[in-house]
Amino acid sequence: MTALLEIKGLHAEIASGRKIIQGLDLTVNKGEIHAIMGPNGAGKSTLSYVLAGKPGYEVTAGEVTLNGEDLLAMSADERAAKGVFLAFQYPLEIPGVATLTFLRAAFNAQRKARGEAELSSPDLIKRVREIAKTLNIDADMLKRPLNVGFSGGEKKRNETLQMALLQPSLCVLDETDSGLDIDALKVVANGVNALRAAERGMIVITHYQRLLDYIVPDIVHVFAAGRIVRTGGADLARELEATGYAQYQSEAA
Amino acid sequence: MAAVQETIDRVKDIDVDQYRYGFETVIESEKAPKGLSEDTIRFISAKKNEPAWMLEWRLEAYRRWLTMTEPTWARVGYPKIDYQDLYYYSAPKPKKKVASLDEIDPEILKTYEKLGIPLREVEILEGVERPAAAAETDADGEAVAPRTKIAVDAVFDSVSVATTFKEELKKAGVIFMPISEALREHPDLVQKYLGTVVPTTDNYFATLNSAVFSDGSFVYIPPGVRCPMELSTYFRINERNTGQFERTLIIADKGAYVSYLEGCTAPQRDENQLHAAVVELVALDDAEIKYSTVQNWYPGNSEGVGGIYNFVTKRGDCRGANSKISWTQVETGSAITWKYPSCILRGDNSSGEFYSIAISNGFQQVDSGTKMIHLGKNTSSRIISKGIAAGKSQNTYRGLVSAHRKASGARNFTACDSLLIGDKCGAHTVPYIEAKNSSAVFEHEATTSKISEDVLFYCIQRGLSQEEAVGLVVNGFVKDVLQQLPMEFAVEAQKLISISLEGSVG
Repeated sequence: MTALLEIKGLHAEIASGRKIIQGLDLTVNKGEIHAIMGPNGAGKSTLSYVLAGKPGYEVTAGEVTLNGEDLLAMSADERAAKGVFLAFQYPLEIPGVATLTFLRAAFNAQRKARGEAELSSPDLIKRVREIAKTLNIDADMLKRPLNVGFSGGEKKRNETLQMALLQPSLCVLDETDSGLDIDALKVVANGVNALRAAERGMIVITHYQRLLDYIVPDIVHVFAAGRIVRTGGADLARELEATGYAQYQSEAA
Repeated sequence: MAAVQETIDRVKDIDVDQYRYGFETVIESEKAPKGLSEDTIRFISAKKNEPAWMLEWRLEAYRRWLTMTEPTWARVGYPKIDYQDLYYYSAPKPKKKVASLDEIDPEILKTYEKLGIPLREVEILEGVERPAAAAETDADGEAVAPRTKIAVDAVFDSVSVATTFKEELKKAGVIFMPISEALREHPDLVQKYLGTVVPTTDNYFATLNSAVFSDGSFVYIPPGVRCPMELSTYFRINERNTGQFERTLIIADKGAYVSYLEGCTAPQRDENQLHAAVVELVALDDAEIKYSTVQNWYPGNSEGVGGIYNFVTKRGDCRGANSKISWTQVETGSAITWKYPSCILRGDNSSGEFYSIAISNGFQQVDSGTKMIHLGKNTSSRIISKGIAAGKSQNTYRGLVSAHRKASGARNFTACDSLLIGDKCGAHTVPYIEAKNSSAVFEHEATTSKISEDVLFYCIQRGLSQEEAVGLVVNGFVKDVLQQLPMEFAVEAQKLISISLEGSVG
């Protein structure tokens, strides 16, 4: 069976020439949730940007395939249409653009790119409202400009809403727990858990065990100095909580 | 409904094919000889069967113009205009096939297709009433008002070719007709108001317009009448080497209300074409005029060749107490835009508004803004300007807010925001503020920002193309102003904004 995501010997650097990812191998199969944990500056967020195709991040070696297709050859919007979704650590604000307007634009852009029919506004609105309800997002929030003046919790719920609407095949959650109080964390985690499916894979990037109490991963990786230095089960996360990352940083260096 | 039959008749009358070939007008005499002289002016005046005073008025303006020099204070650069190398009068000719598709670059055709302009042209000229689309909803899930009826006056090169819904308007007492016709049918009204807001001596381009204007729209709303539909003029420059000098005069008598829309397009030409229009608005006691423009003249090609030179004088006079004039403009076209729709707040408690979106791309140069002249007591004005510069364009906001010595209690709020796309364009803000009365309260806010790469990436990660992302962000940036447009125009303006920014990011 073809893996959902296959990363082989990946090296990547940022525009300044600093090498961030240095020899990464990772396979995510359909239905799996992988947690990537590691200290600040290990390259976790860079990995999410490289997968999503953000300008300014250059892949110098290695390959990445999504369902067997060369992901690195695709533009960022093509990757989105193919099912790559990045839940941002710091979701961006777009003044003057209602959240619902943004959702519709994104949803229909992806459909168009896949050669599917666009969804009519009333149908789309219905679908959005149903998802919004499960995330405690009220109608007012959907009318507000995207992320403008949203609290940390509202922003992350909004990311989850987008993810649920777009139904991606690969979800990359970058520090989704940052800026969340415990109640908001539960709501978001429930939203994410609702998206667990046999056809879908997830990469959950986090510093802390806390998030993984709610989104229980199948596999946990320790990421340090641009590559995976250890892999284990869900219990590895708890071990890290006790021991910290220091040992891996020296190991990697 | 009476309008339906009228619509059907109209459709027959102004079928687009007639636009191409069908005008039963004389051919050769429909163009004045090239160049500008008293003879040209006499020719135009005679063509229009104008009263003698009108010819005198024109000639006086012409003589004045000869003594004037072209202004150079705007932040725009262009080669010297040869005023003798232009045609000053041109009417659609049957065999010219001006709208022949073969003549137009496929790129432009594509743009117009996207814009829906050909359709729109037909539709709007037909005055088609769409069935109220069953519960159409906007992005926010709210019901959108069904399309309203719009009466249109279409100006093709120098002449008005069609005015729709005339009968229905007449019932309400509204006069809406080409100004050339108004000069014959309502000469007293025209004479009473023409040139009282923008005098023949006003400025180089306005004075030129006074001498040679060939057509435009005339609107009179009688006292206490709320105009039953939106009025619209659709301008199109078509003829090569032809200047378009239209003159619009709108009078809202005491307690009257009118909303007026203006749309403009021109086909692609290698050479520049001159457009020097004058618009005069007069609002008497308790009257309100809302004037909206979507300007989409040809902006020139990607190398900066061709395009319309748009030198326009627009001014509204809040002549009566409690009167109100509101300008809303969406400027996306023209190689050069030189345009300052202004309000003279003469009546006590009168108010003026200026909402503007000015987008420049390629090599376009925009120098636009407004003047709010506070003369009466307790007058107020509001300016919201959104400038978007992309490509290698230059985009300047130039505004004046002034309070006369006797203008006690004058209030103004100004917000000028500029958005830069790319690093080869420029945004400039030149506000003049003069308060000669110590009770005046003027506020000015300004921001300049660059479109954020991170925001674009966020949109693109969700599946939008680069251009869709820019369009979305820019539409958000200008939302406050778009909301001021009538629904009909707002939707179109939104599309236009996205299209005019295509190719703006590399």
